Amino acid sequence: MASDDLSLGGAGVRRERLAAVSSERVGPYTLLRLERGGLDPGIPGQFFMLEAPGRLLPRPMSLCLAPPGELAFLIDPIGAGTRALCDLAVADAIHVLGPLGNGFDLSVTRPLLVGGGIGIAPLPYLSEALGGPPSLLGFRTERHAEAASLLPGAEVVVEPRLVTELLPEDPGDVLACGPEPMLEAIRNRAPGAQLASEAPMACGYGACYGCVVEIDGRYERLCVAGPVLSDSAGKD
Amino acid sequence: MEPTSILNASGCLDALVAPGVARSLDAFVTKTVTPLPREGNPPPRFIETEAGMLNSIGLQNPGIEGFVRDHLPPLAELGVPIWVSVGGFSASDYASVCALLDDCEAVATVELNLSCPNVEEAPETAAELAHAARGATSKPLYAKLSPATWDIAETARAVADAGVDGLSLVNTIRGLALDPQTLRPGLGRDVGGYSGPALRPIALACVWACAAAVDLTIVGMGGVASGRDALDFTAAGASAVALGTILFSDPAAPARVRAELGVESIDRGFGSPAAIRGIARKEATSAVASAE
Repeated sequence: MASDDLSLGGAGVRRERLAAVSSERVGPYTLLRLERGGLDPGIPGQFFMLEAPGRLLPRPMSLCLAPPGELAFLIDPIGAGTRALCDLAVADAIHVLGPLGNGFDLSVTRPLLVGGGIGIAPLPYLSEALGGPPSLLGFRTERHAEAASLLPGAEVVVEPRLVTELLPEDPGDVLACGPEPMLEAIRNRAPGAQLASEAPMACGYGACYGCVVEIDGRYERLCVAGPVLSDSAGKD
Repeated sequence: MEPTSILNASGCLDALVAPGVARSLDAFVTKTVTPLPREGNPPPRFIETEAGMLNSIGLQNPGIEGFVRDHLPPLAELGVPIWVSVGGFSASDYASVCALLDDCEAVATVELNLSCPNVEEAPETAAELAHAARGATSKPLYAKLSPATWDIAETARAVADAGVDGLSLVNTIRGLALDPQTLRPGLGRDVGGYSGPALRPIALACVWACAAAVDLTIVGMGGVASGRDALDFTAAGASAVALGTILFSDPAAPARVRAELGVESIDRGFGSPAAIRGIARKEATSAVASAE
């Protein structure tokens, strides 16, 4: 099917049907590699809407890796849609829309990447763009921590230890993605950090108003205002 | 209106964020505007079900003054007719918003949201709200009705008598989904508006009933996702269809549905979709006549 340039605010947003190149298990997660087609991988932290076979709505996924000719997504099979994506076989094709939203600001001098659980998804692509800065990763179990293999050289902790325990006194420019309690702890420790949030999204391009988060006392669409928010724009 | 125009359902597209999608429509319908700004309902605001989705956005909007000041000028530059969806909590709310829009050249049509399932309803009937709006504007006026009524044709006749020019059929219907773990409502506001494929036969029955009851232009909506769906609504009596939930998964749906509808019409030996309008009932009538 021909691709469509949809003029969805950001330039270069396209929707194409892309075939799966491979699907690898990484601990409890699946790394799904799709052919890239004419889609732009975008800026680290941006996301794509992936058609979930058999479901009404697509699912938002931040880009994990962008090898030549491919787009790779790290998926946690927590529901019917994500399970359908993890079950894709090689050559199965799905519609993909993107890149969407605002990614990380890469003009940082002392980057430190922090990820928790499935929140590590955008960090491998981000790390590559920043030349492999130091990274701190936290996971629930040893099995989840197998995903740390996607970010060689990262410092890894497993619960009950928390990733924020590894934050140095002066953490520099923190770029983070993970569960809300982790982001909240980082807000307190690293003012000005760039934090990638997560919310269910029905459309991913500002149409449905379903993904709102509270920013300065207002409901803002995370797909338009984020998913990367600077600490000053974070939750009160 | 052109034969079987394709619009968006109110609240299912932001033309300022997705101008390319808006330009692919025959008219853009805004998210519902109320007299005062509204933050909307707390998240979670939507939930996918087996055959559709529930939403409880809660009419988040900048209020009529903010809309006219900040949103309408860039919308006017899209080059697409602008329909403004109007909501409120009393007849005077509808009248005041319509009066302000009456002065706006950029507004082609006013659609009265008489049936949002996610906010408190006005105490007046749909006909009373339509009457108040009619007194406040000379713009073309469409009444968007709820399918959750025993006899929608009766409501259609009442709003027709109140002076509306057309009907938008239908709004979402109230539904509930429970979280599988907690068995608590999955939406922040508990219940929400149900849309998607499961709404389609319900909406089609409403179009069918209203097309026979009143001589008004009808925009059909409710689970329209393909040219075949649009064909059904046209055959049931709609002059236009609006796309809602399908836009969330396929922003290119307007052009696709338009093309598919053209092919569907030609495949059935009709030169244009306009020739199909209302044919469902005509065929039924002739079948009965020949049986007699």
